[in-house]
Amino acid sequence: MSGQPVIEAVNLTKSYGAFTAVNKLDLRVKEGEVYGFLGPNGAGKTTTILMALGLTEPTSGTIKVCGLNSTRDALKVKRMAGYLPENLGFYDDLTASENLRYVGRLNGLSETEIKSKVPLLLEQVGIPQVADKTVDTFSKGMKQRLGIAAVLIKNPKVVFLDEPTSGLDPEGANNVLNLITSMSRDQNITVMLSSHLLHQVQKICHKVAILSRGRLVAEGPVDSLERQTFGKGKMSVELELTSTPPELIGVLQRLDGVASVERSGDRLLLLCDRDVRANISRTVAQNGSALLQMKILGHGLEEIYLKYFQEGGA
Amino acid sequence: MYALVTLLRKELADHLGSKRFVILMALVSLSGLSAIYVAGQSIRQAVGDESTAQFVFLKLFTASSGVLPPFVSFIAFFGPLIGLALGFDAINRERSSGTLALVMAQPIFRDSIVNGKFLAGVTTIAVMLSSIVLIVAGMGLWMIGVPPSLEEVLRIIAYTLVTVVYIGFWMALAMMFSIFFKRITTSALAAIAVWMFFSLFMGIIAGLVADRISPIDQDQSDVSVAANEQTASNLMRLSPATLYQESIATMLQPNVRTLGPLTLQDIVGMVPGPLPLAQSLLLVWPQIVTMIGLMLACFAISYASFMRQEIRGP
Repeated sequence: MSGQPVIEAVNLTKSYGAFTAVNKLDLRVKEGEVYGFLGPNGAGKTTTILMALGLTEPTSGTIKVCGLNSTRDALKVKRMAGYLPENLGFYDDLTASENLRYVGRLNGLSETEIKSKVPLLLEQVGIPQVADKTVDTFSKGMKQRLGIAAVLIKNPKVVFLDEPTSGLDPEGANNVLNLITSMSRDQNITVMLSSHLLHQVQKICHKVAILSRGRLVAEGPVDSLERQTFGKGKMSVELELTSTPPELIGVLQRLDGVASVERSGDRLLLLCDRDVRANISRTVAQNGSALLQMKILGHGLEEIYLKYFQEGGA
Repeated sequence: MYALVTLLRKELADHLGSKRFVILMALVSLSGLSAIYVAGQSIRQAVGDESTAQFVFLKLFTASSGVLPPFVSFIAFFGPLIGLALGFDAINRERSSGTLALVMAQPIFRDSIVNGKFLAGVTTIAVMLSSIVLIVAGMGLWMIGVPPSLEEVLRIIAYTLVTVVYIGFWMALAMMFSIFFKRITTSALAAIAVWMFFSLFMGIIAGLVADRISPIDQDQSDVSVAANEQTASNLMRLSPATLYQESIATMLQPNVRTLGPLTLQDIVGMVPGPLPLAQSLLLVWPQIVTMIGLMLACFAISYASFMRQEIRGP
């Protein structure tokens, strides 16, 4: 966990004619981090990943992976970095093992190494039972697991995953996310994953970056991002009570840290400057009512994300 | 280097194991064997009036009784089809199935992909063609009982090599279209269109253009007729099909002494007799070099455009 960033982009720009896909992007990803790359479709996530692997040349700026310039040392970078493309395909007429062996050979692994590794990898990603089945019978989730096995065969230091959960059912997506978490934790692999599905990323990422129209609009750990977006400590709380005596609203309003109280149907909506939930529940009980439910609203990444989406779309 | 070998092996295995190869091989074997059978039946007529029968074995390949075209015509007709069938989806199928991204994510140079596919295609053609020529030669030997002389063997080898280059040209052309066009149907259609143009319309167009450039004057003077003929045949030589026809005719028929029109003056004093192999080769050297050039040009264009292309999913 040294200070040296594993992925480092400086002023990275990619234009296609008049269209700028990635605009002066600066980012650093530290070793062992799971870094979430968020943004709507067309925000420049895939383009950034392609540049990191040297599959596309930046118009200006540089991107380095493990200290190597991706544009000039593409081959060395690809030796250390695994890449799971969004629409990954395998050779349908080959079996899972055969596909993996082929990838291993393309990485220059020896035949003995490949022979010992392939079954282990299939075991690791949880599809040992289909090792000798041709890939055309595979579900999307199985293909994605095979894709992760194909990425791991080269013992990567960094892994780029482009929309690893897109098109998967919730269970399949969860499995893939667990795999990502475990490979980051057990093998100390730095992971950069792009997604437009927030709640998933939120769960497993140490750090996220939000990209909109090729620009980095926010970056940081999930909780600090929330503060950045909503101002320090601001949170809204929704209460559901057994009854709502009119005087209670007044009492709540006078509580230290509560900015406003609003009634919406049978619920109360409180806007607070800081976390005063304990005080609120005590106050409710003291005023002849009981708390059924207390919910924090507008705090998840979803809101942040939506906010940027609206900005991006405006 | 290991990457190129790996890719080459994979491509070769794909080609040789494919249904497409089996179908093409069956088609060529069937037509080749029946052509040789018919030629063998009528070989006596074909050789007949020549008092000293020379190059009887080569006649097997070129003679026709009128029931079926000779072997060389079958190959000249099916050759382009084989080339197109082997190349038309080389790159775009992998692109649309997502396997191109899989391969590109591995530490290999991008050009290895094109090189591997091209070499594998040419090898497949060479295997297919040399096996059919050997089968056919064996059957001919059995039928007529006249063994080939050394020169005949050399001429057959030269014929095979030239044919590999010719079919290789069509494969390179089809591969080029498979890089240009994302859709498989478009690339197939484009390749077939070029083939149709050269095999069907080139003759008509060459005649029309020759009539414009050097028209035959009203009294049909020898000079104008010869000039018209010369222009037309030069225009025809823009077509790889013509180049091929001329080369194999010279290669397999030692009596062919010239490829242009002959006046009576030229023939006076000429010693009739076959040309030695070296002289035959010399006669069609420009044709052969041009065909090699065309094949390499298609390859170079494919190479250059593939190197510039974006590697994205479908």
